[in-house]
Amino acid sequence: MLRDYMGVILLNEDESNIRSLTLNRPLASIPIFGRYRVIDFVLSNMVNSGITNVGIFVERNSRSLVDHIGTGKPWDLNRKIDGLFIFNHTLKRLVEEDVNAFKYNMEYFFRSKKEKVVLSRSRMICNINLEEIAKEHERSGADVTIVYKKVNNDEMFLNCEVLNIDNGKVVGVGKNLGMGDTINVSMEIFFMSKEFLIQAIYKCMQDGICSSVMEYVSKHVRNHDVRAYEFKGYLGCINSVSSYYKVSMDFLNGDVMQELCSKNGNIYTKSYDSPPTKYLNGCSITNSIMASGSIVKGLVSNSIIGRRVIIEEGAEVIDSIVFSRCIIGKNVKLKNVIIDKNVIIEDDKVLIGDNKYPIVIEKGSRIHL
Amino acid sequence: MRKKEIIAMVLAGGQGTRLKSLTKNNAKPAVPFGGKYRIIDFVLSNCANSSIDTVGVLTQYQPLILNAHIGIGMTWDLDRKFGGVRILPPYQHEAGGNWYKGTADAIYQNMNYIDYYNPEYVLVLSGDHIYKMDYNLMLDYHKEKNADCTIAVIEVPIEEASRFGIMNTHEDGRIYEFEEKPKKPKSNLASMGIYVFNWNRLKHFLKEDQKDPTSSNDFGKNVIPRMLKEGAKLYAYRFEGYWKDVGTVESYWEANMDLLKEDCQLDLYEGVNKIYAVDYSLPPQYIGPEAVVENSMIVDGCTIYGEVKNSIISRGVYIGKNAVVRDSVILQDVRIEDGATVIKSVVGNGARIREGVTVGNGKEIVLVPEKRDVKENIFEE
Repeated sequence: MLRDYMGVILLNEDESNIRSLTLNRPLASIPIFGRYRVIDFVLSNMVNSGITNVGIFVERNSRSLVDHIGTGKPWDLNRKIDGLFIFNHTLKRLVEEDVNAFKYNMEYFFRSKKEKVVLSRSRMICNINLEEIAKEHERSGADVTIVYKKVNNDEMFLNCEVLNIDNGKVVGVGKNLGMGDTINVSMEIFFMSKEFLIQAIYKCMQDGICSSVMEYVSKHVRNHDVRAYEFKGYLGCINSVSSYYKVSMDFLNGDVMQELCSKNGNIYTKSYDSPPTKYLNGCSITNSIMASGSIVKGLVSNSIIGRRVIIEEGAEVIDSIVFSRCIIGKNVKLKNVIIDKNVIIEDDKVLIGDNKYPIVIEKGSRIHL
Repeated sequence: MRKKEIIAMVLAGGQGTRLKSLTKNNAKPAVPFGGKYRIIDFVLSNCANSSIDTVGVLTQYQPLILNAHIGIGMTWDLDRKFGGVRILPPYQHEAGGNWYKGTADAIYQNMNYIDYYNPEYVLVLSGDHIYKMDYNLMLDYHKEKNADCTIAVIEVPIEEASRFGIMNTHEDGRIYEFEEKPKKPKSNLASMGIYVFNWNRLKHFLKEDQKDPTSSNDFGKNVIPRMLKEGAKLYAYRFEGYWKDVGTVESYWEANMDLLKEDCQLDLYEGVNKIYAVDYSLPPQYIGPEAVVENSMIVDGCTIYGEVKNSIISRGVYIGKNAVVRDSVILQDVRIEDGATVIKSVVGNGARIREGVTVGNGKEIVLVPEKRDVKENIFEE
């Protein structure tokens, strides 16, 4: 158990290609797989590895995230000793500038008894055992260990950071422009000592060259001992609307779902006390993920349905993702569509997107004739 | 001194022998129900939804699962600084100790608990009934009638009235007679086992009742008749809506099946007055490529490849390819393997129905005990 680690989650994530789902929320609280939010994965991974002290550096537009996380109860982080810390920054946009966020909250690091830090973002979806990596990190004596995965270069990881690795050491960090067949995509999970982090923050502030800790590590791989740790499980990246759609459809593969939801421990999320999902006579459901509390009378195929969704008679939901509390009217046809929360699609509407570029219907819309 | 206007005492010590193996290792109130609930969730959620924040739960028989389920009451917002849920098992005191002899004795032995909150009213509830009710409305009625005790009643078909405790009332609702399972019922108002008492009056009658060595210290049998005899003001509060005492395997199965009816009076989907249940952090349910699901309720953590019709499927259940489940209640973590058939059965938690095996033939309800590994066909118990 990672008793000596604090978890730090940075939510200054790039949302430029996923705007339609982040209008009302940060990327970290986009609903995913019917009953989760993006951040549930990194949070649960940390907690399942024994981390009991988690600081989340939140960007503006955080209402939905704070509502979701609350006191941290679902992750057992509502504690007297350690627990959950939320640092809210409403003044300035954080992107690429997390040093500023750290600067005002240095006390958080000084006060904690923990000596080491796992630094992460939320958009990399995986179920990972951080203990193993910590062991390897400590054994190697590295200053920093970055977790990566060797992937076929598909669009899901476009614009992600890639590691240039030589003999286990990181010799360069670049950006994936889509070139090359296989790449070592950085999972944006960093292991380091608290001392290293504090020094890095100070150096960033003093030199004015880097404005984020991750950038600092990237630019100083030759000055420090930065190593790479290869992760071999499933990795999805919520990078754009199409990557969100791709990850969601991957989840319909039973093995991916099994791995993501329970391989190294369960993924925890806020409970809504929804009743069981009710399937009525005449409904037809195939290869789909259903959260609880829905009432289904129509057809659902290769789709992911959130909580408390109503799917009326004659409706067909195919290759689509429906967030919670939506109403899909009678004889509606949906294909390759992502429907954000609280949307009402009135009877007989037909919406068809592309299987690579699905249509997104914004939260709270009412689609009528 | 701080006090509460009303506190609830939930009787949850019953063994429920007629539920057979469902209560072998489990108290009746903790028997799973409706896919994701346990029976006591209904009463505790009713308390939460009625803003009653102080609830004593009287336990006695096989309390392990029940205690674990209730915990500190977080699920029902009953983790409070002053009040909240308290589990009250029988205990030893200076003069020795006793098991709870009857329902009234259970309350009597916990007078200290109630006095600590010094309430005006005590709401006595059964932990093993399925219903949704706003207890505030009943309390308002109690106050309006200036009653010593108000008993919730529900109209039952007169031909079934002899199975219940029947209240005979005047026109204004005042009870003049209580008959336990009368052969010739005079009314069809059945007691729901829900009582509002003025605590001072109840205390008096509980003490009187304890003085009587022949009494079995039961509300229905002893305390209510004594109150009537002594001229106390007892009123019947008529409740309309769904209410079920799941006493037997048959009624347990029926109550589960009621949830599947289109006109089910027990609305779990209204969005307010939810029934709260412990969350187990399971993945969402997966319905496979060749699955057929109709008129059923399914919860988180289930994987369905086969056919499910008219059934309630609890968390973590696996139903394999070409398996058929009809008219059944499947409890948590059951594994129904490929090609197995389950008809009109209640399958206990953790049971495994092996490939190709058939359970039930649609006549009598078959109850498969928990954790049973079923390798051969079962058509009756």
